[in-house]
Amino acid sequence: MSISRQERNLAGRRRGDRIFGFVGLGATVLGLLVLVVLIVDVAKDGLPNLNWEFITSFPSRRPGQAGILSALVGSIYMLSLVALIALPLGVGAAIFLEEYEKRGWLASLIQINIQNLAGVPSVVYGLLGLGLFVRLLGFERSLLSGALTMALLVLPIVIIAAQEAIKAVPPSLREAAYALGATKWQMIWHVVLPSAFPGILTGVILALSRAIGESAPLITIGALTFIAFLPDGPFSPFTVLPIQIFNWVSRPQAGFHDRAAAGILLLLAVLLSMNAIAVYLRNKLQRKW
Amino acid sequence: MTVSLPAPAAVRRARSRSLLSRATEWVVERLLLVCAFVSIGTTFGIVAILGVETLAFFQQVPLFAFFTDTQWTPLFSDKHYGILPLLSGTLLVAGGAMLVALPVGLLAAVYLSEYAPVRVRAVLKPALEVLAGVPTVVYGYFALLFVTPILQTLVPGTEVFNAASASIVMGIMIIPLVSSLSEDAMSAVPRSLREAALALGATRQETTVKVVIPAAASGIMASFILTASRAIGETMIVAIAAGLQPKLTLNPFESVETMTAYIVQVSLGDTPHGSLEYQTIFAVGTALFVLTFLLNVVSLGVVRRFREQYQ
Repeated sequence: MSISRQERNLAGRRRGDRIFGFVGLGATVLGLLVLVVLIVDVAKDGLPNLNWEFITSFPSRRPGQAGILSALVGSIYMLSLVALIALPLGVGAAIFLEEYEKRGWLASLIQINIQNLAGVPSVVYGLLGLGLFVRLLGFERSLLSGALTMALLVLPIVIIAAQEAIKAVPPSLREAAYALGATKWQMIWHVVLPSAFPGILTGVILALSRAIGESAPLITIGALTFIAFLPDGPFSPFTVLPIQIFNWVSRPQAGFHDRAAAGILLLLAVLLSMNAIAVYLRNKLQRKW
Repeated sequence: MTVSLPAPAAVRRARSRSLLSRATEWVVERLLLVCAFVSIGTTFGIVAILGVETLAFFQQVPLFAFFTDTQWTPLFSDKHYGILPLLSGTLLVAGGAMLVALPVGLLAAVYLSEYAPVRVRAVLKPALEVLAGVPTVVYGYFALLFVTPILQTLVPGTEVFNAASASIVMGIMIIPLVSSLSEDAMSAVPRSLREAALALGATRQETTVKVVIPAAASGIMASFILTASRAIGETMIVAIAAGLQPKLTLNPFESVETMTAYIVQVSLGDTPHGSLEYQTIFAVGTALFVLTFLLNVVSLGVVRRFREQYQ
């Protein structure tokens, strides 16, 4: 009697185990299902609007003629500037932390600081950019102000990725360079950086794919939402893809919502190709020691 | 045996070369130090800029009114500067997002860490991370134009802009944050503990609930707190879908305004520099910065203080 109860009990516990596993699987898949629904929903409204005319036209007050050219070009300009600023700063900081000041209070101060910066809301970076670059340094609401703000925002990502890449270079290579009479900087420039390059590149692309989707800090520094010309230099006013999309979503007319959907498809396509390039480069260039 | 000395000219050249390279070394090291200091300068800049403008703000608005007034109307003629409605809007939306993200994220972490076969895990884990990489403006579109209409049919009387749709969508977005950090914590629990539980006759579910999760509790807690901080600082979803009406309400189907959405709202207008209106966004930004900073510090502290040590 008691044995059969135990067996029934065991069967129940095993069933509980299976159910728990299925619930876990369901929870894991739930987010992915939502992602699929999201993409289908956007594609349904956006695909009919995504054509060459949409990509090569300026925004307009009439939804039927509104295009995304100025935002696309603005995004490309901004990403190039962000890369130019964040790459040397981030890699320089990583080299300093990995090759010069590995331990000690300064290194741990900077390390903790980077950790904390990664948790600061992006809109707060926008306030920093507004106060520092737009007002104090007088760069106005320009591409340069936006790019500097965004570069500071993604800097922790670049530094951490570059640190990982530099860490992965085996010490024997460094010693070999020293044995040949290289100075420290020669060793870093000719040995460490080329070996760490694929990892650094992947990190930079990931940082840029964060930057391309961010809009809150740029709105905060005062990037405009309606721009019917192309930026002609770093001091030009600008807009970017997510801001243009935000502008279209916020309008009441359904015609603009469809334009927003088309813009989202374009943004996601750019993001996807950037990530694909990052994965490709990592697999192609990665060396095993 | 004679030692042949190099010609004097060659010696001079070698010496000047080594002098040059020593100078290069010195300059490069200083330049790298400057790069490393940019990150510290960023923190310093944030604190300084927020501090200066916030101090200016509090010279005109009493601190007491800021924390106790139940209205936030700096853009109207009858001006009130009480942060409470913005704070309640922020906590309402972030709390709703946590209601979605915590259970789903934790269950996903349990599945990935304890149940999933290696190959399934290798596919699902990176796929789940994609959720966190989608730009937030895309989620805003989805919340306003897909989730809100559904809510309006399910709950009649739901306003076009409402906290619930922003919460649900934000909750989905931050699932990977909970799941990957929690999973790291669970993976760090030594196998011997699991094996001991299984050897005592526990099922996998019992092992997970009674052994693995308690052992990983500090890491899981930390992931929850970090996620809360992220939800509080999220901007575009709430600016698009949750509305721009600062209101003291607990009703998720009404329009509210979060701290981040207020900053966006003012930034979209043309605010003259130095006006009180301009300073409000820095005061709100300071409140936001302090709140998220405290949560981040607490989460690091939880990990350090309550971590179980295993040999």
